[in-house]
Amino acid sequence: MADLFEGYAAEVAAAAAWDEVFDPAHRPRDVYSALHDALQPLSSADLAARKVALDRAFRDAGITFNLFGEERPFPLDLVPRLLDGDEWNVIERGVVQRVRALEAFLADVYGRADVLADGIVPRRLVLSCSHFHRAAHGIDPPNGVRAHVSGIDLVRDENGDFRVLEDNVRVPSGVSYVVENRRAMTRVFPELFATHRVRPVGDYATHLLHALRSAAPPEVADPTVVVLTPGVYNSAYFEHALLARQMGVELVEGRDLSVRNNRVTMRTTEGEHPVHVIYRRIDDEWLDPLHFRPESVVGCAGLLNVARAGNVTIANAVGNGVADDKLMYTYVPDLIRYYLGEEPVLRNIDTYRLEDPEQRAHVLANLDSLVVKPVDGSGGKGIVIGPQATAAELDELRARVLADPRGWIAQPVVRLSTSPTLAGDRLGPRHVDLRPFAVNDGNRIWVLPGGLTRVALPRGSLVVNSSQGGGSKDTWVLAPDLQEREGTTPFGRRSGPAPSVAPGPDLGPHSSDEQQQQQSEQRQQQQRQQRQQRQQRQQRQQRQLHLQQEQQSGREAGRC
Amino acid sequence: MLSRIAESLFWIGRYAERAESTARILDVHVHRVLEDPALDETSAGAELLAVMGVVDRSEPANARYVTEVLAYEATNSSSIRGSLSAARENARGARVVVSSDVWECLNATWNELPHTEELARRMGPHVYFRYVRERTAMLAGLVDATLARDDGWRFLVLGRSLERVDMTARLLSSSISDDPNSQSWVSLLRSCGAHEAYLRTYRRAVDAARVSEFLLLDRLFPRSVYWSLALAEQILAELDSGRGLARSTVDDAARRTVGRARTELEFRGIDELAAQMPDLLAALQRTCSAVSAAVTARYFARESPHTWASEVPA
Repeated sequence: MADLFEGYAAEVAAAAAWDEVFDPAHRPRDVYSALHDALQPLSSADLAARKVALDRAFRDAGITFNLFGEERPFPLDLVPRLLDGDEWNVIERGVVQRVRALEAFLADVYGRADVLADGIVPRRLVLSCSHFHRAAHGIDPPNGVRAHVSGIDLVRDENGDFRVLEDNVRVPSGVSYVVENRRAMTRVFPELFATHRVRPVGDYATHLLHALRSAAPPEVADPTVVVLTPGVYNSAYFEHALLARQMGVELVEGRDLSVRNNRVTMRTTEGEHPVHVIYRRIDDEWLDPLHFRPESVVGCAGLLNVARAGNVTIANAVGNGVADDKLMYTYVPDLIRYYLGEEPVLRNIDTYRLEDPEQRAHVLANLDSLVVKPVDGSGGKGIVIGPQATAAELDELRARVLADPRGWIAQPVVRLSTSPTLAGDRLGPRHVDLRPFAVNDGNRIWVLPGGLTRVALPRGSLVVNSSQGGGSKDTWVLAPDLQEREGTTPFGRRSGPAPSVAPGPDLGPHSSDEQQQQQSEQRQQQQRQQRQQRQQRQQRQQRQLHLQQEQQSGREAGRC
Repeated sequence: MLSRIAESLFWIGRYAERAESTARILDVHVHRVLEDPALDETSAGAELLAVMGVVDRSEPANARYVTEVLAYEATNSSSIRGSLSAARENARGARVVVSSDVWECLNATWNELPHTEELARRMGPHVYFRYVRERTAMLAGLVDATLARDDGWRFLVLGRSLERVDMTARLLSSSISDDPNSQSWVSLLRSCGAHEAYLRTYRRAVDAARVSEFLLLDRLFPRSVYWSLALAEQILAELDSGRGLARSTVDDAARRTVGRARTELEFRGIDELAAQMPDLLAALQRTCSAVSAAVTARYFARESPHTWASEVPA
């Protein structure tokens, strides 16, 4: 039986990154000690069996994603990622702060644009952003929220500090995996939950629905919320369906919607039904063929005008992409200071702006040690990691950067922190990131405790996107010790002493043991009875014989 | 309920029932071929293929080939595999409305199908048919136990009832040419799962007239044509209720068609029906298509996607 952690220490040292579980002396950190103790005695066969059960459960439930046209179960690693209460508090504060600043920026840039007038962000940067949509100008969301859902990607650097890698305020995805990972883990590893107090993630849909309902046009008393999906062939379809199901709202496709007189309706079996809030999971470009790509058949024509008329709320708002542009990212700390008057809680990764001639020259001279990313890419597309790239790739990159400096940023290679991940028959360190999800209902920004930990499965890889062979880990935020809940009466229970034990459920008629025994012994009994009857018959016959003889003798006597 | 979702549910009902019925029919066919030495395998097979709407193919219709076409063929959307795949695709689009149990049942059935097929190719097709029957029974149980009796459930059951009428009609038309005392009438009953119910009802030997009567007219047996038509009619009435008072006529085209077909059976004796059996069965199949089309037109109507020309020439 191989030790699960065999060779782990050496691999960590080679990776030269912060390890989530072990400190540099290869002792488990405090937060992980209980988990480490629980994993240590397990054999690799045990883990493998659980992994098989997990994959099967995922496949049967249809929790899959499309990779090269093939449905694969979403790879969930069995070892969870843990965050203690203090670490989480920092993350939560940092995420909330960032979302507030991005909201303020979006409201500003699609309104008075003070931030441009004050020179905090160059006007040219906003106007040259491919996700800045003039069509979104003047659409004022009813409760002022534009980023109803945001996902802020964090990484932990070599010193153990969380840094922001990028912001996602368009249509951040992955939350369904958070919910499903947890459900799967409680089934496969129930004993781990007994030794940890993990903050639940199952109420995400409740918060989302609340936020979406709060965003409805104010004159609607009971708003109809729908989730708009491109359809079953979309790689995130599972997530769209899960959210709609858990919120109890309809999952619509573009062809289910129609626009008349500046109102959106969906086609039901009882006719047209008005729609007030659309949680869309379609990119801006495909949302409304009247304003954006005319060939789109997954969107709904005229939607944007309805939003402008205030009859429907589109969540997340159109044009949010200007805030999560990777070049804009470099200005977010300034935005936090400008709008909130605060210092950023979570720092950015140092980033080079390639439009600046000096920075560009520096980057081009050091391409082989930097990471270069397109500003509007997602899913890890187009990223070039200098130290792992060939000379030809670097030459091509250099040409493309020179052709369009606005389209690229460069960052030093961040050694993402590592976490033990099942690889073959033992655990090896693999690089992870973290995407917490924030839901804004207009009054409060709520952060789902945990979020999606993505893990790069190939050894040494720094790319965690699921489209590039990434997996995920269940992320546990450990709760403080149980606090006495005051003033709440449990639903459906009387206070006072525990109720007496109720009688058990009624039972149907059943045959007694005696009957069963007799039925099975029927044969023997029958034989016995037959024997008895035979004897009785013989006796009767004999008696009759006697009787007759006696009668005869009596008659004879009488005759005398 | 969204029209698109309602349509998916309707087709889940139809395809799942089609998979089940096809499995039953094939199971009986394969065993009949094995058991009955007097039977001409290829002509019986060809007849079955014709009844199931498979256009004539060049290969001789022996049991192996019939099973291939009606059970395993992926390109044939009426084969068991095709039906289950279509049912699953529809459920995928209607994930929000079907319960997780129902979805998981369909999805797991579909996932496991290639493996079962492989097994069946080694051990005989019965494994496959049995698997399909068990899984569809499980599906029916989960539909019964976990779906609220809302319009969604109604559309699913409507689809199932119509398909059942269609399948039973096809089955009967595959047997009408047989000798009235032939063993194949027993097979026919078996394929509908009706043999025991028939025996308990009539308590006498199987013969053509009674079998037809039982499968067409029995008021209590849930796979009889009458029973399925009556259920479909009731469901259509429920769907239609609350859409205005109808005093003189029934507005809904689907309801009218089903009602007529049901009455057609209800007030006739089997002698009368036997005389025009082929026409009657063909009419029943037409009824199913007509009802399906009427339901689609009324409840599932949708617009074809528009394409928008760009104002600026590209």
